[in-house]
Amino acid sequence: MTVESNEYIGMIHSYEIEAGNFTKAGEAASSIKRLLRQLGVDANVIRRVSIAAYEAEMNMVIHSIGGNIQIEISPKAIVFKAVDEGPGIEDVNLAMEEGFSTAKEWARELGFGAGMGLPNIKRCSDEFHIQSEVGQGTYLEAKFIL
Amino acid sequence: MQGYYHSVTLDADKCMGCTNCIKRCPTEAIRVRDGKAYIIAERCIDCGECIRVCPYHAKIAVTDPLDAIYDYKYKIALPAPTLYGQFKDLTSIDSVLHGLKLLGFDDVFEVARGADFATEFTKYQIKHTNPKRPIISSSCPAVVRLVQVRFPELISNLADVQSPMEIAAQIAKDNFSREHGVDIEEIGAFFITPCAAKATSIRNPLGTERSSVDGSISILDIYGPLSLVMNKADNSCVTTSLRKSTLKGVGWANSGGEGSSLDIDSYLSVDGIPNVIKVLEEIENGKLSDLDFFEGLACVGGCVGGPLVFENNFVAQNRLRKLISKIEDSEPIAHEEFKMALEKYDWKFNKEILPKPIMRLDDDISSAIKKMEELERIYADLPGLDCGSCGSPSCRALAEDIVRGYTTEFDCIIKLREKIRNLAREFGELSDNLPTGIDRSDTGGLKHED
Ligand code: SF4
Ligand code: SF4
Repeated sequence: MTVESNEYIGMIHSYEIEAGNFTKAGEAASSIKRLLRQLGVDANVIRRVSIAAYEAEMNMVIHSIGGNIQIEISPKAIVFKAVDEGPGIEDVNLAMEEGFSTAKEWARELGFGAGMGLPNIKRCSDEFHIQSEVGQGTYLEAKFIL
Repeated sequence: MQGYYHSVTLDADKCMGCTNCIKRCPTEAIRVRDGKAYIIAERCIDCGECIRVCPYHAKIAVTDPLDAIYDYKYKIALPAPTLYGQFKDLTSIDSVLHGLKLLGFDDVFEVARGADFATEFTKYQIKHTNPKRPIISSSCPAVVRLVQVRFPELISNLADVQSPMEIAAQIAKDNFSREHGVDIEEIGAFFITPCAAKATSIRNPLGTERSSVDGSISILDIYGPLSLVMNKADNSCVTTSLRKSTLKGVGWANSGGEGSSLDIDSYLSVDGIPNVIKVLEEIENGKLSDLDFFEGLACVGGCVGGPLVFENNFVAQNRLRKLISKIEDSEPIAHEEFKMALEKYDWKFNKEILPKPIMRLDDDISSAIKKMEELERIYADLPGLDCGSCGSPSCRALAEDIVRGYTTEFDCIIKLREKIRNLAREFGELSDNLPTGIDRSDTGGLKHED
């Protein structure tokens, strides 16, 4: 009995994100959504995770030089991580303010860069953590309790 | 709960097992096993995609025969506005309505008029209950079921309004019963339908316990008999007009008709199930936050493209547009009339629309995770060609079917060939390894008796 309950149950999926590739943008978020649905995660949680995943993926496509998105699912929680290789955010606190955006003109024309990305991810998640270094890249983690 | 009734079904005699349909189904509801297709009832949303794509016409939508109206003492026809677009050079809606009466109906109530009421009720709700945005139209039942199956997170965005067909049936029956002093149970209301999903909704209602509609007759079935009597009808139209619908109500047959009648700036109308899916995904990602209303229709062009229509959808769409520009509008629903209707009817849903988590692998998340890991292991081992020869729509769907215990990996012909090749190799090795004492093949075969 105890052996059963101590057994680790969980799975990790990761997705490579290419900078500037808009044909593929959003695919990782869609796969994550499909995965969570098949696992029978509560609809409300799926909605929050998908919004966060979509925003993070878009951020990475628009602003970064590429990176990786990872989702870790266990019966207790979902942990979402986004790691890119640069360029990094100069002032993280400022970036967390609604309406702040450094999106370039072409991205704005596509309807992105309203400066809602990061605050939105934070609002959707139960725990949020971000760390960034110019020249190094950004690490973002969002946790959702099940 | 009763079983799942669906209008869309398979005519097994005609099915060749060609697998053309399995990839087109938006909910992966079709499998081909033992040479015949079958529909997984819990998954089917009655969108009719498989009817359109089947080259052998083995997928059909079941509706009632015209004779079914004689099960009722009094019969009311509820024509969908799509019906008006089926006839060439139509100059008056009344000739269609009178034609229906000549076919045996005692009365006619236009679903376009029901749409007029639905419009007013939606506006009223937007004003008084401030529903969650974007509001997703619930008038296409295939889209509502799609939301239940594939976008359960969006159920709370569905417009809380019964369909024009239901609204029309309620008013038509009440009016007839009052005017003629007859019992409501003696009246049969029949929807003249372009739509398989609505035919399903009559027996398997969405958002209400029981449908007020008693049966459905497909436009395909009624088109012939109706065309024959319509010129006779032309004379009677001069005296009495049965038409009450506004041009906006008639416009609901085309995609965009509902959205444009609501007088709101920010709405989006999209038709064709793959397009609807794309937009629902965007809504789910929170991307269309400035949108107020989304009208999604499963069929290309809207209901004019329904699976049970006679005329080509583009032609019908154009005819309707011409008709609308040519004929005069009717009086909109008067304020008083709407107020009275509000007192009498509750057109909100009276039964909750629930998610249908048919994609989930297990009710328990730990078991679901284990099954998902197994699914991925199996999937990684499949060829990834998505050829459909196994009868599942994709390699991933086959992996899912295997995990669910419906089938084995040897449904995959590539896997089967691999297995046969390995077996053949084993055979070869075994025969090479026969004990030398027995193997005399070089010297003329086995001679045990020597
Ligand atoms: S009607 Fe639509 S959902 Fe149902 S089996 Fe056919 S394609 Fe699939
Ligand atoms: S678009 Fe119209 S005809 Fe087609 S499924 Fe929806 S309601 Fe039915």
